[in-house]
Amino acid sequence: MSYLIEVRSLVKRFGAKIVLRQLNFTVQAGEFVALLGPNGAGKTTFLRILASLARPSLGEVWVAGFRLPQQAAHVRRRLGVVSHQPLLYGDLSAEENLRFYGRMYAVPQLGTRINEVLELVGLAARRRDLVRTFSRGMQQRLAIGRAILHDPDVLLLDEPHTGLDQDACDMLDGVLRQIAGQGRTVVMTSHDLARVEDLASRFDVLTAGRITASRSADGLPRDGLLAFYRQALEVQRNLQGAVR
Amino acid sequence: MSGLTPFMSAMGAVIWKDLRAEWRSREVISAMLVFALLVILIFNFALDLQPNVRAGISSGVLWVTLAFAGTLGLNRSMAVEKDRGCLDGLLLAPVDRAAIYLGKAFANLLFMLLVAFIVLPVYGILYNTNMIIPGLLLVILLGSEGYVAVGTLLASMAVQARTRDILLPILLFPVAVPVVVSAVKATGGYLAGLGWEEIQPWFTLLVVYDVIFTSVAFMVFDSVVEE
Amino acid sequence: MLQKPKLLTVLDVAAIASFLAATALVFFYAPLERVMGAVQKVFYFHVASGWVGMLSFLVAAIVGIIYLIRKDLKWDSVGVAAVEIGIAFTLINVVTGAIWARPIWNTWWTWDPRLTTATIMELVYLAYLMLRAGIEEPERRARFGAVYAIVGFLSVPLTFFSIRLFRTIHPVVIGSNDPGAMGAFDMTPTMTQVFLFSLLAFTIVYFDLLWHRIRLGRLAERVESLRLKVQA
Repeated sequence: MSYLIEVRSLVKRFGAKIVLRQLNFTVQAGEFVALLGPNGAGKTTFLRILASLARPSLGEVWVAGFRLPQQAAHVRRRLGVVSHQPLLYGDLSAEENLRFYGRMYAVPQLGTRINEVLELVGLAARRRDLVRTFSRGMQQRLAIGRAILHDPDVLLLDEPHTGLDQDACDMLDGVLRQIAGQGRTVVMTSHDLARVEDLASRFDVLTAGRITASRSADGLPRDGLLAFYRQALEVQRNLQGAVR
Repeated sequence: MSGLTPFMSAMGAVIWKDLRAEWRSREVISAMLVFALLVILIFNFALDLQPNVRAGISSGVLWVTLAFAGTLGLNRSMAVEKDRGCLDGLLLAPVDRAAIYLGKAFANLLFMLLVAFIVLPVYGILYNTNMIIPGLLLVILLGSEGYVAVGTLLASMAVQARTRDILLPILLFPVAVPVVVSAVKATGGYLAGLGWEEIQPWFTLLVVYDVIFTSVAFMVFDSVVEE
Repeated sequence: MLQKPKLLTVLDVAAIASFLAATALVFFYAPLERVMGAVQKVFYFHVASGWVGMLSFLVAAIVGIIYLIRKDLKWDSVGVAAVEIGIAFTLINVVTGAIWARPIWNTWWTWDPRLTTATIMELVYLAYLMLRAGIEEPERRARFGAVYAIVGFLSVPLTFFSIRLFRTIHPVVIGSNDPGAMGAFDMTPTMTQVFLFSLLAFTIVYFDLLWHRIRLGRLAERVESLRLKVQA
């Protein structure tokens, strides 16, 4: 079975502080994995490593058949990333932002592609407006547009719902479902269990620097995610208590 | 399709982006210009710029002005990337990091040259000196290039530190001494009507500095932006 | 690593001994210079400390390059140590330069190319420390330090040439028409002996201090990691 993302014994240190310890993680093509966990567990750090923005201290990371960090340059083309920050230039219009990134990714038939993407994220009407006039929800949608502009195989999202109101969240989910439906592989970190329950095909829990629990969405009872998550944290707390 | 976006394409995209964004807000250029003009004004009152004294100091005043205004521009240019996390956006792209460096440096150079070429005639008018001499313009180009080459690299570091704003001048000025001294002397040479044999050594220094530091910055930029 | 290595103790002894010997030589063995008198004796330590300062910054630059290639933090602790010690010795160089200038030219400062370059170099390395002070993560701090150490060191020769060129065209030293060497004098063989020995003594002292400083850095890191372990 070949994985699209494969992580073995990943360790990440910042100075003397160990954030990720012997983390193992695999994702098959087409899966939508929700990465859950308390703050400070290392979710953002992990995502940054997958995104080639940070280097592993030890261990192996393979994305789309390429080894990070050595072959990072090859991986980047296949990745789309949405982070906390919008990664957009406020003084440029929506269209200009997409045009810039399109050129950086050497996207073919850029004009047509930009139109497609703007339609998809529902911002076609605001294409000429400067991004600094956009609400956070709109910026997030444009950020997703930027992330899929070059048709990546893998989409990495770091808590994309942060700071969005209900309507904006709903719109975002709509876009996410459409994108995931196109066969892309998605890894998304989130705190919003209710939303994630409807979106993902698999749930992994990251605590204390490694994946401590994982289950697929199949057969998960309605509102069962919360129970699963709580239990995973409970187990981890007991383990740590036993170690002390 | 793997592999990197062509170098010139990426570099061109970065330059276009910086110019476009700046054209919209014109924040950086106007700040640099106003600052430069204020500095000239202050120098006028601080130094006794009588005609006979002036000839010797003009080029110094000019370059101090450009150096300070340049620092403003460099700081802002990198701060834009840092503030909205856009630097990550640049790093995520499948491009050679050096293309990002050259793109930013080139855009910074254009800003600095724009300011210089506006300040120059203003200075000339205020002090009734002809500053539009071809050799002098070349000095401005070479001097700005060296300054910006090192400045862009150092600004990328400074912007990631806590003491961001004051750090850039502290890092840049000691290291930029050769370029500033050479530019001041060469400019002064042209203003005083000196011959080529006297000005030439300064040109050599400028070119050597530009070549060495642009290459070093080009090679090292990767380490400064990667994590 | 906790035990002080035997070789370091030997080096300590060698450093102290050679420094005392050099001082003795300077005051009792070296002849009195005809024109400048006793103050000329500053020269021995002035040049030696200048030499050590430059050596240290060169070490920092080389170690910086190694760090960027190897990414092993132990090279970074060598770099910091080298810069700190370099700053100290360069300061001695500049101050002794001023002490030397005062009685001879009746001024504390001459814009001598070497002295001015040394001062600018000092500013570069103070900037290095300020850069590091503004960054929290050790890895990034090390990387930035390495880059700046390299850039800083490369700028030094160019700074020297630009100032020297500046000075040959506009000599400015008050009361002196010689823009070249500061306080030039001919060295007798005895003087040369003392000079070379001072150089040697200072170099030994330098490596001794460097080693101590590196150890200090490593011990501090250990304390830090132990502290994190206890807190976690």
